[in-house]
Amino acid sequence: MIPAGVPTQRPPDARLLVVNSGGKIIDMLRASFPTLLRSGDIVVANDAATLPASLFGVHKRTGRSIEVRLAGSESVFHGDVRQFSAVVFGEGNYRTPTELRPSPPELRLGDTLQLGPLTATVLQLLDHPRFVRIRFEDPSASIWEGLARHGRPIQYSHISTPLAVWDTWTPIAGLPVAFEPPSAGFALDWCTLDAIQRRGVDFATITHAAGISSTGDAELDARLPFDEPYRITESAARSIQLARAAGGRLIAIGTTVVRALEHAVSIHGWLRETTGVATNRIGTATELGVVDAILSGTHEPGTSHHRLLSAFVDQRTLAKMDQVLQQHAYRTHEFGDSVFVEKSRDRAADMELVVFVTGYRHDDVLTKAISV
Amino acid sequence: MATESVETNKGRELTAWKGIRVAVTGGTSGLGLALVRMLLDLEARVAFIARNRDRVERLVRERADARGITGDVSQKGDIYLIAIQILGELGGLDILINNASSLGPVPLAPLADTSCADFELALQTNVLGPFRLTKALLGALAATAREGGRPLVVNISSDAAISAYPNWGAYGASKAALHHLSGIWNAELASQGIQVISWDPGDMDTPLHAVAVPDAEPTALKRPEDAARELISEIADHILPVTEASQ
Repeated sequence: MIPAGVPTQRPPDARLLVVNSGGKIIDMLRASFPTLLRSGDIVVANDAATLPASLFGVHKRTGRSIEVRLAGSESVFHGDVRQFSAVVFGEGNYRTPTELRPSPPELRLGDTLQLGPLTATVLQLLDHPRFVRIRFEDPSASIWEGLARHGRPIQYSHISTPLAVWDTWTPIAGLPVAFEPPSAGFALDWCTLDAIQRRGVDFATITHAAGISSTGDAELDARLPFDEPYRITESAARSIQLARAAGGRLIAIGTTVVRALEHAVSIHGWLRETTGVATNRIGTATELGVVDAILSGTHEPGTSHHRLLSAFVDQRTLAKMDQVLQQHAYRTHEFGDSVFVEKSRDRAADMELVVFVTGYRHDDVLTKAISV
Repeated sequence: MATESVETNKGRELTAWKGIRVAVTGGTSGLGLALVRMLLDLEARVAFIARNRDRVERLVRERADARGITGDVSQKGDIYLIAIQILGELGGLDILINNASSLGPVPLAPLADTSCADFELALQTNVLGPFRLTKALLGALAATAREGGRPLVVNISSDAAISAYPNWGAYGASKAALHHLSGIWNAELASQGIQVISWDPGDMDTPLHAVAVPDAEPTALKRPEDAARELISEIADHILPVTEASQ
């Protein structure tokens, strides 16, 4: 796949690879997403806005430059703005690939981090030289102002220009609690929401503090996704219950929605109003309790986001999907193309896979069906 | 005193405001200041925005329950840092009052003598600023609607948005654009449960009016507190649940 290097949330030629419940793989324009929905379905998105969670500053004890990337919080309550888990890098910035970033100076309990106008203390070491829990020592109003003025969106080297905060907020973004954008939601502009609703499809949101997607360290990456707090309101839970009771499908916009909803179901046995922290990992062994399909980005094999898709389809289908994404030059990362994966009717069955490639991009205009 | 006056208006409005999350731009003078004080008296949760840090801090010292945000809505680069603080401090939003305004050239001047820079500033402050801030907060307002609230955006307008007053060109044209923007947005956002209104407070005894019409007789002008009271009553009609309002 090609890294999407321009922060355009909804390029007109954005593509969508559909893997339907019968094993058909279909290439289409993402703008056609509403046509995949049926009256009675419910679409659930993550309405978290993205904090400018990258903070440059100085490790006071050594005087060395650092970058702190806030990575997790205790809850999505807006008053909880004091303590965060954080990944700390040495000097440099996003232009250096994360895996090549130097380590920070040795971090010890009680170390002071001066991050622009904000002062933070290392509260806890989290079993890795880069991973700590910090506490801001400022009043909460100053913390919000400090984050807003001094923070930058977390960014990776595949995008060369500095991201602005507005690049990272989905159109539906509300409470600023995510550390990286719940980017599947980039696809949802207000016209799309109207189109969805005109089809008799309900729309609900949850708030889930999406964490960071890469730490630059294989050992730490293996611990992803970190614990993520979320909130499912009573009205969202009710809308979901009503839709499902009437036979509608639940379509999750993004991996964070799957994680939160399935976590809530695993706790209560059914979906209800929940304020919690998602600690679950979703993969091959997961029996999905409430989500029927997912609209997500195109993810590289080996990532936690990619693993999550194996709860929807078998490994063979997933491998075929990856192959088609690769062959047809889908764009990846947060501003890339998308996949729509339905829970297969029978994950264990050896279904015939049929790929329909319509080729909407560039000069690669072809319309054909390939049996594989 | 403010609370007392409102109490004599409509009793149902008193409880309606408790805990309602309101953001007011231009909150340190004139109508904005009166709104901030009165809404706090009604136990609303209020974030106010203004350009001058000293004045923001002074008002926060006066009213510790207010959340003060320093920012300039005419600057594109300030919009998201304002939005983050509004949403972070209030935990969501029910009402946005786009009140900050620019007169354009001061003293007022005919259009033929209005510099492009002054006209641009009026458009940035009176049209693009409210447009950008509303757009940044739209997700939060729509979330409020999904939770059963009745989110509202109020754009402060003027009779100069309707009538063609000589010398009020930059201000009048920009307010006319804001007025029309409000109507279109209200129609477009109805499906999301968000209301957008344009509201004309009338000629008030405010610093802005004093700059525009220095020889005006203050006693002939409306007090900002009276305008604020009228607006609060107007807003209550929009945000109260339909069943309750119709009783």
